[in-house]
Amino acid sequence: MFDFLSEYDVLGAFWTNVQLTVYSAIGSLIWGTILAGMRVSPVPVMRAFSTAYINVFRNTPLTVLIVATSLGLNSTLGVTLGGEDFDQMGFRLAVLGFIVYTSTFVCESLRAGINTVPVGQAEAARALGLGFSQVLGIVVLPQAFRSVVAPLASVLIALTKNTTVAAAIGVDEAALLMDEMIEIESQALFLITLVIAFGFVVLTLPTGLLLGWVAKKVAVKR
Amino acid sequence: MRFSRVLRAGALVAATSLALAACGGGGDDEGGNGGGGGEGGSGDSLTIGIKFDQPGLGQQTPDGYEGFDVDVATYIAKEMGVSEDSIEWKETPSAERENMIDNGDVDFIVATYSITDERKERVSFAGPYYIAHQDLLVRQDDSAITGPDSLNGKKLCSVSGSTSAQRVKDEYAQQVDLLEYGGYSECLTALENGQVDAITTDDVILAGLAAANPGKFKVVGEGFSDENYGVGIPKGDAELQTQINDAITKMFEDGAWKAAIDKHLGPAGFEAPEPPEITETSAS
Repeated sequence: MFDFLSEYDVLGAFWTNVQLTVYSAIGSLIWGTILAGMRVSPVPVMRAFSTAYINVFRNTPLTVLIVATSLGLNSTLGVTLGGEDFDQMGFRLAVLGFIVYTSTFVCESLRAGINTVPVGQAEAARALGLGFSQVLGIVVLPQAFRSVVAPLASVLIALTKNTTVAAAIGVDEAALLMDEMIEIESQALFLITLVIAFGFVVLTLPTGLLLGWVAKKVAVKR
Repeated sequence: MRFSRVLRAGALVAATSLALAACGGGGDDEGGNGGGGGEGGSGDSLTIGIKFDQPGLGQQTPDGYEGFDVDVATYIAKEMGVSEDSIEWKETPSAERENMIDNGDVDFIVATYSITDERKERVSFAGPYYIAHQDLLVRQDDSAITGPDSLNGKKLCSVSGSTSAQRVKDEYAQQVDLLEYGGYSECLTALENGQVDAITTDDVILAGLAAANPGKFKVVGEGFSDENYGVGIPKGDAELQTQINDAITKMFEDGAWKAAIDKHLGPAGFEAPEPPEITETSAS
């Protein structure tokens, strides 16, 4: 029943999804944290930039963003991100697109986390003579992160599934493989869909369970 | 804790039944083919599946639909006693063609549909009405690319999930750098601004793209591999198959077939080849 699978590198395709997810998750966590910091900072220009950035990219369809990295950045502006062929470039451009998009959700989750930290804590820190970055970095953000593990897990799961959009610019991942298999093995349409769907369940279910457990462990008891 | 265990069990049951439903659906479809098939030819109106986004073959325009596939479909409908006004056109994307025939959403499909053994497990074909060859589309001023063998070190674009690009890589030029996009329009943009050197797929599709952008692109004309375009019909519908085959044969003979190719693909310098031989005669 599943013999048609032997001709395709299904595991390799899913491995690409995992790699896309990991690189994009790390990137979005960093960039999202910076955005969140800007969003609550006392400097109006930074606040305005962060707000504008989030409103633009959070409301742009991901497919449009991903295709824009390829057609706009790569094709028109000649940005290669150091990639030597289309496989490498496509992968890096896709990661860039995912970071640009996902970081807005990380930032908004984090901002919600910042709101859970009582104002008194920041005031106390300021009273001790800490500057803004110290207040944020030492006192507020660590507590904020601990309260948003669960929402960030949702963002991570969404990101894992979003990596299929990279198929739009030809990154060799599971959705592209599915297209290919449907084109060639059209008699096994249901099986193909089932296999790919199952693959994503295998990827996302443990993520959710693990991070749900972590969220409970690290939550700040107030 | 007990509550969550119940929830988990419930989720498992739901997932299992979903999976079973999906499998069961496949079985039902196979059984239903014989019954639903008979309706195709009768009645005063037809629902025909075409592509909406392939210039020169099947394209939606403000005034309706036009292209070679559309003309073939209209001719077949006319031979079956259905006037052009009574045809309902439906978009049939590549991945959904078998399902749409299975479910009876369309009576038949004329949409650059290659006849393959895998597809014949779920649908039957009439025709072929055209034999396409995989070819290359390059910029008008490009003379370096003369065929698939000259692609080494070049950049090639194709749509994702198609077999054309892989064939070039496997059989002709191992060092070709392959880019895949979701649609041909992205590939055209990439070709136009130099991101890639060539686009590969079937020659008629390329000719349609070239005809829609006069003076910018040309088809190389070194066809390799054969794709038999057939009319997709419900599995085992021999009556409909005969009707369509007769219509196609008549279209070959009275010149309407050549005229349709000249009209839609001629602007790209594309010449109509000899009509193919009808090979799909025993629907099973």
